[in-house]
Amino acid sequence: MANIAVIGERDSIYGFAALGLDTFFVQAEEEVRQCFHQLVGGGYGVIYITEAAASLISEEIEKIKMQAVPAVILIPGVWGNTGAGTANVKKSVEQAVGSDILFHN
Amino acid sequence: MATTQVNPTRMELTRLKRKLVTALKGHKLLKDKRDELMRQFLDMVRENMTLRQQVEEGIRAANQNFVLASAVMNEPALQTALMAPKQSVTLDIAYKNVMSVEIPQFSYHTRTSNPHDIYSYGYGFTSADLDDAVKSLAEIFPQMLELAEKEKACQMMAAEIEKTRRRVNALEHVMIPDYQEKIKYITMKLDENERSTQIRLMKVKDMMIKERIEQSRAQA
Repeated sequence: MANIAVIGERDSIYGFAALGLDTFFVQAEEEVRQCFHQLVGGGYGVIYITEAAASLISEEIEKIKMQAVPAVILIPGVWGNTGAGTANVKKSVEQAVGSDILFHN
Repeated sequence: MATTQVNPTRMELTRLKRKLVTALKGHKLLKDKRDELMRQFLDMVRENMTLRQQVEEGIRAANQNFVLASAVMNEPALQTALMAPKQSVTLDIAYKNVMSVEIPQFSYHTRTSNPHDIYSYGYGFTSADLDDAVKSLAEIFPQMLELAEKEKACQMMAAEIEKTRRRVNALEHVMIPDYQEKIKYITMKLDENERSTQIRLMKVKDMMIKERIEQSRAQA
């Protein structure tokens, strides 16, 4: 049994509360980090985090990539898509294959 | 590349030969593992990408609706509308073993089965745009969960592939040539020893014969 969390700026994620996900509104870098650390050990299976918030704590996210749970998934915020999510997918292709042979554009 | 000194003995030779056999076997297995992981990874990562594009598009549409809603309604009303959600989602996590990578599999269930429980507010004082927004978000949610599963699997598999590839390369280009080199060194050394022993014996024999001949000459 696990829960699903959403981290990000209020305007980007307040709607997820209606679906029954746990939303955490954060703004400053320190807040994001603290919140993230709490959630990683807090029995969450999936953590959705907005690209803007994720860019502040990319090292922390990188650290738990090999752990099976939680899965940290980037979602675009209300201010548009920065492309960080797709860049992440490309990065894992690069890591596995050596160079990006699938989505090079 | 016989940088480390080895004892040119038969015992060492058998030991090294056994190690070489193990290394070759391990190399083959790891190579197979890498190839299979790669095959599955490429399928998975393609799905991951399409899903991600769908989800990002869905979230973009939902956000648009939310912006519309917040334009029509005032901030406090919007906040109170979503303050006490009726619905809640819990996640079941199972693990699937793909080539010794433990991939999590998510399945979710909602607390209530009524699909309309995502609207946690009375319809009287909220804008219809908010209904649309919440609905569009709920529609994309199953895909978001699938994305989470796929993306995590891809990340873990990518790391595993990298690790396996390093091992395969280390075996192929360092360990195995090293063992072969050492085995060659020992066999050559042993052969050399054998030849030198044989030559020595021949010399000794020659000397003994010469001695015998001189003895018999002296007697005659």
